[in-house]
Amino acid sequence: MINNRTLLICDGLSCKTPHKVQMFNLLQKKLEENDLINTINLVKTSCFGICSQGPIIKVLPDDIVYVNIKKEDLDLIITNHLLQNNIVDKLLYINPLTKEKIKKEKESKFYQKQYRIALRNCGLIDPENINEYIAVKGYEALATVLTENTPLEVIDIIKKAKLRGRGGGGFPTGLKWEFTAKQPGNEKYVICNADEGDPGAFMDRSILEGDPHSVLEAMIIAGYAIGANQGLIYLRAEYPLAIKRLTIAINQAKNYGFLGKNIFESNFSFDIEIRLGAGAFVCGEETALIHSMEGKRGEPTKKPPFPSVSGFRSKPSSVNNVETFANIPSIILNGYEWFSSIGTENSKGTKVFALAGKINNIGLIEVPMGTTLREIIYDIGGGIINNKKFKAVQSGGPSGGVIPLEYLDTPIDYESLKEIGSMMGSGGLIVLDEDDDMVKLAKFYLDFTQDESCGKCTPCRIGTKRMYEILDRLTKMESNPDDLDILEDLAINIKNSSLCGLGQTAPNPVLSTMEFFKEEYEAYAYKTKKHTYSIIANKCIGCTKCAKVCPVECITGSIKNPHIIDESQCIACGACYTVCPVNAVEKP
Amino acid sequence: MVIKSKRELTELRKLYKPIIDLREKGLGKNKNIEILIGMATCGIASGAKDTYNELKTIIEQKKMTHVKLIQVGCIGYCYMEPTIQVCIPGKEPDLYGKITYDKAQEFIDEVIIKQTYLKNNLLIKSFKKYGASI
Repeated sequence: MINNRTLLICDGLSCKTPHKVQMFNLLQKKLEENDLINTINLVKTSCFGICSQGPIIKVLPDDIVYVNIKKEDLDLIITNHLLQNNIVDKLLYINPLTKEKIKKEKESKFYQKQYRIALRNCGLIDPENINEYIAVKGYEALATVLTENTPLEVIDIIKKAKLRGRGGGGFPTGLKWEFTAKQPGNEKYVICNADEGDPGAFMDRSILEGDPHSVLEAMIIAGYAIGANQGLIYLRAEYPLAIKRLTIAINQAKNYGFLGKNIFESNFSFDIEIRLGAGAFVCGEETALIHSMEGKRGEPTKKPPFPSVSGFRSKPSSVNNVETFANIPSIILNGYEWFSSIGTENSKGTKVFALAGKINNIGLIEVPMGTTLREIIYDIGGGIINNKKFKAVQSGGPSGGVIPLEYLDTPIDYESLKEIGSMMGSGGLIVLDEDDDMVKLAKFYLDFTQDESCGKCTPCRIGTKRMYEILDRLTKMESNPDDLDILEDLAINIKNSSLCGLGQTAPNPVLSTMEFFKEEYEAYAYKTKKHTYSIIANKCIGCTKCAKVCPVECITGSIKNPHIIDESQCIACGACYTVCPVNAVEKP
Repeated sequence: MVIKSKRELTELRKLYKPIIDLREKGLGKNKNIEILIGMATCGIASGAKDTYNELKTIIEQKKMTHVKLIQVGCIGYCYMEPTIQVCIPGKEPDLYGKITYDKAQEFIDEVIIKQTYLKNNLLIKSFKKYGASI
């Protein structure tokens, strides 16, 4: 399959003159003329970063970059490179310093688009050595606030920085601290929510394992700001390495006097304890988390009262996420002006994402708010595996939804994701390609939520179970069209009537896949879903390759004549599809 | 040792700052080389611990006292685990991917002793590991 290639054409702002818009259309036309439009995947991408040389075309998987392309050059690329596999030498990018022609784009795009605040020390320092944290200005933010700021001033800095909760909800952190600080009484608590439960998310774990001191330092600062002397980290027992490194870090901080009595010779004393959770998804919800820490069942209660009024042991408590805390020392050291200059109007700073799924560069990334999904998937992520077509990206885990192709240019922030029916969540991004089945995806998430539902309220306990059963019937082709209405009805009702965030967001995966991929649900409901592969007779050249690889020997035909798949025997393994040199096999 | 003031803290920072200068910029007066291995849960699951042990054995066998092996947190390249950053004074820090334990010997021979590159495993060869960072 010579021509299963992807052409990336730059669509960055600086190159977007009318002449270059024509370029895309022209390229599309020329591909059609050469009968390549079905085998070449043409993708608009954001700036490659060498604007002086635009327009730029990148060929994948060859990883060749062509620059300064004129209209007449398109024919050269198509005839020489795409059809004959010869690289067009005269269009290659020349490095101005070395005068060498660069064929491969070796400079790492993976890091270029990133901006690291929460992950600033991850991978740079030894997490088990406090001195290395001190070498990167560790605990200086704490020293600064204890010696130079009043608690009210600290709250003011965080408010002005416009930092919002990174656990998914996006509540302003400064306000949360202020509410807790204003409550009467001397006994207050700082709680770190490290109960990271989304399937496929590992942001908080990476921070705790790579830079535990930054979270401890921020918790002490929070304690000073709200007037608490005790911090608690609710961490799941499934993270043994994080527990080990945090325990080491707490002991080291105690030795240096950053935890304990009269920190930096001030009147302020603070201590931190780790509380282990058994790994229940609902315990990421703050009221359930608090009950679990108190030794009760991990079940949510109605809000208000919010934890900032009545939290741990009915005392005012501020519950913040790991990543939120990891941002705090940098804000204190660099100032709120610096922090609020990064990001979009209402979402400031950066967000850490666990990038996973059908993408080339799976990784832990941190990007400024407002970065588009296209940049994340094609620049940082390096595109879809095996050059398949992008279908959607799932964000926010079991509480979020899918974002299809038409919203790929959506800038990432709390509001814009909510508008298109998804949510920031804690930061899992799972990329889906053309082969993924949306109904089965929704079924996977509902299987998870109905299992994790604590059972306290009826809509969530029974509703999610019923939703799962319908999805199960659908995928087994045992359903009927009425089920779709019932499913949607249930989803809306559960969303509106559940007690806590788990139930209120559990129907999101179904609602959003139903909105964007209704036809896939209908194919199951009306039983029109094709389950087998077939051969397009006029494309088949009779090379017999498919017949040779078929494990159940259901492909028949003679040499140089079109082959046929016996659909009653086909097990839909896809072997014939992969091996066909002319793309004559059609997928289910 | 209890640190009582901001001044004491800054003095301690100055003492340890050369470590970070070497890792971020390749600055350093002596000949000490640092090898950072990404050892979060995910790195360890991909074999970072085996690589760490193998490198440690080789370094001890060859009595390379100037080479320091350090475990760090997640470097971010999940698709290239185990990942290793090499910090040699006077050179840009390089990042290598997929250094499994069976590559450890080759890695020490080429990168540390001969100070050349393992071309197939090289991820980034640049100061600018991050587009921007604080």
